[in-house]
Amino acid sequence: MKLTVKDLNSFYGPAHILFDIALEVGEGEVVALLGRNGAGKSTTFRSIVGLVENRTGRIMFEGKDVSREATHAIVRGGLGYVPEERRIFTDLTVEENLEVGRQPKRAGAPQWDRDKLFKLFPNLGEMRNRPGGRMSGGEQQMLTIARTLMGNPSLVLLDEPSEGLSPKIVEQMVDAILAMKKEGVSIVVSEQNLHFARLISDRAYIIERGRICFGGTMAELDARPDIRDAHLSL
Amino acid sequence: MAFYVVQFLTGLASAASLFLVASGLSIIFGVTRIVNFAHGAFYMLGAYVAFTLTERYSGALGFWGGIVAAALAVAVIGVLVEMLLLRRIYHAPELFQLLATFGLTLMVEDLVVLIWGPDDLVGRRAPGFKGAIDFFGQNIPSYDLFLIALGPIVLGILWLLFQRTRWGILVRAATQDRDMVAALGVNQKWLFTSVFALGVFLAALGGALQIPRDAVNHAMDLRIIVEVFVVVVIGGLGSIIGAFVAAVLVSELNAFGILIFPKISIILVFLVMAVVLIVRPWGLFGKPEAPARRTPGLTVNPWRPLTTNERFAALAALLVAAALPVLNNPYLLTVGSEIAIFVIFAASLHFLMSVGGLASFGHAAYFGLGSYGVALLATKAGLPMIVCLVLGPIVGLLGAAVFGFFAVQLSGVYFAMLTLAFAQIVWSIAFQWVSVTGGDNGILSVWPANWAAGPAHFYWLSLGIAALAVVILRIIVFSPFGFALRATRDSPLRSEAIGINSKRIQWTAFVIAGTVAGVAGALFAYLKGSVFPDNMGISLSVDALVMVLLGGVETVSGAVIGAIVYKALNIWLVSQTDLSKLVLGGFVVLIVVAFPKGIVGTLEALLHRRRKSASSSASPLLASRIESAE
Repeated sequence: MKLTVKDLNSFYGPAHILFDIALEVGEGEVVALLGRNGAGKSTTFRSIVGLVENRTGRIMFEGKDVSREATHAIVRGGLGYVPEERRIFTDLTVEENLEVGRQPKRAGAPQWDRDKLFKLFPNLGEMRNRPGGRMSGGEQQMLTIARTLMGNPSLVLLDEPSEGLSPKIVEQMVDAILAMKKEGVSIVVSEQNLHFARLISDRAYIIERGRICFGGTMAELDARPDIRDAHLSL
Repeated sequence: MAFYVVQFLTGLASAASLFLVASGLSIIFGVTRIVNFAHGAFYMLGAYVAFTLTERYSGALGFWGGIVAAALAVAVIGVLVEMLLLRRIYHAPELFQLLATFGLTLMVEDLVVLIWGPDDLVGRRAPGFKGAIDFFGQNIPSYDLFLIALGPIVLGILWLLFQRTRWGILVRAATQDRDMVAALGVNQKWLFTSVFALGVFLAALGGALQIPRDAVNHAMDLRIIVEVFVVVVIGGLGSIIGAFVAAVLVSELNAFGILIFPKISIILVFLVMAVVLIVRPWGLFGKPEAPARRTPGLTVNPWRPLTTNERFAALAALLVAAALPVLNNPYLLTVGSEIAIFVIFAASLHFLMSVGGLASFGHAAYFGLGSYGVALLATKAGLPMIVCLVLGPIVGLLGAAVFGFFAVQLSGVYFAMLTLAFAQIVWSIAFQWVSVTGGDNGILSVWPANWAAGPAHFYWLSLGIAALAVVILRIIVFSPFGFALRATRDSPLRSEAIGINSKRIQWTAFVIAGTVAGVAGALFAYLKGSVFPDNMGISLSVDALVMVLLGGVETVSGAVIGAIVYKALNIWLVSQTDLSKLVLGGFVVLIVVAFPKGIVGTLEALLHRRRKSASSSASPLLASRIESAE
């Protein structure tokens, strides 16, 4: 397994947010984490990369327990994280944003550099010196993904990549994610949009009120419309 | 004409050091979000260490090498401070960070006196820049020309560093979103440490470069830090260009202000700062900060008025205190009066900080204004004591109304810096305007009327007013105004959205706090029989902050206990040691790191825990009800 999460519990202050989350991601797999707004998708990702400090449980990445490591160490180990709400550095240019994400090459993980990323996201190549603050939402979303790929991750947590994007950009996003998969990057993608998830994912988990309530292949999910309707707002 | 050109060049030369220090402060703030009050102390240390090194090693290499080595050595001290102290408090509320670095400043002040002695030290002239250049009959020191050139050079180097290097890009990214930088695999710890080292290096270099121009002394830290705060408020925190432009502006205002208002030249700088704040509250080159969100769960125990039993207990404590004169010890009564006065003062600041969420670092200004108000009314106008006690605090009220109007346009660290700068301005006026305030000699013979002259009578008067002030402030806390003020403190946006005029509410709170502080100052003038500029000095402002902190910021009236404990300790300490600043500074740092809830806050937390375990069934319910937040 590429990533195994076991018994993950997270807290914000006195509030208990995640309850015994368990996830598995295989080598080269694309796994969707589905759930409504506020179900705990982002908290799950933030807990995995150590941005939620108050958490318990085991997070095994490439056979190593990283749950005690600092965020930057986890990410340097090859676990990339693309946050929701596209937290790009608005004062920095496209190229400078990519520079922040740059990490040394890592054996066994797909390699990325600026030129390769500009091929994957041609829009970005045309605005190398534009400040991040003066880009459209879709371009910013591409930039966040490209920035994380500059760290040569072997697995990427993608938090709601289709959120707020026009259908045309969503199509480009699907292509980009499939291209990443083809390069050999394992991906966990959180989504509210089942249609989008179906286009890219091999398997899916459903999270509801901080608990995983379904896990299986996309076909298995399609065979259970009751679960789908109960936990996903369609 | 030539005279004005020379005056202008002198201003530019002064701007160089100011820019170095201000840019260092700005860079550190940008990434760590800490306003480093100790920056003036690092500036001063740079000057002292450079003095020692340049005295020890001769020649041009000895001098220039000594300057750079001094800045590097102080930068190493800065790194130690960052790793040992600041790393523990990055996640603490900004008030604690300000206080901890302030405590550090106090410690350094006593340490330099211990190491280098209390006298001014005159350093040697810079080799190669000893002469002066004749300019139409006016002399310009050639060292000034060197400094004038240095400013833009440093600006250029910093610009290249931040635009052209990976480190600079990371720093700029971290300035905007620290967590995201960590989430991209960058070790924030070392980024912070290196940024802090650079900032401290710049401050120490600024200090070291001053030794050929000015004598080195142990008060230079506060002088520069106030100017630096003014510079970054005008230029915009976090902007290096802003620091440069504002440093030039402030230095020129000082250079020419001397010609226009020789006694109170600082007024001119204040006026410019006021204009900038009205037009661009975030400074000329700064960016507006998003309204700060308070950490949720900080105040878990909601405030409530005292229960009947607690009221009786408070009344009983007051009665016991009122019985102090039976011991028939005049010294004890004087100490008691002083403590009562400081209870009033601390309670007023506590009201502003805890209820209003506005941490003033210059609250002594209004205390001092009350003192001077009384002193002037009593000695110049010859008014009776009762009238003075009523009118004196009005001076505090007026001061708070004027300064508060500007201060509440800002929040958080900007607010703290601005209130400190205002207090320093008031202090300078008291210090410099000798014909009215008596300057350093103060105003003497402010004696209470016969009915209050006896130690017991004066003690009862102070105690009574203290009790009254605390009760009134508590009533305000639980009044509709108090609710509105607390709403504004917890979320400015939401309170605006329900129709609260938050600026006006905060301004009112500022005026209330200033007036109550003025009452304390008025009593203090009569207690001491005299007033001095120190009545509005920085150390008094810090005293008040420590009292509030010691009592507990998150409590309703913790400052009362804080003031009693602190003042009693302080009076005892000053009688025991000459190094009271060192001890006080260390004490401040210790509270911030180890004891952030204060005495009353800790007691309340203990009580709360006991009550909770008594009725433990309630707590899991609370936890499960809010589980689904993301």
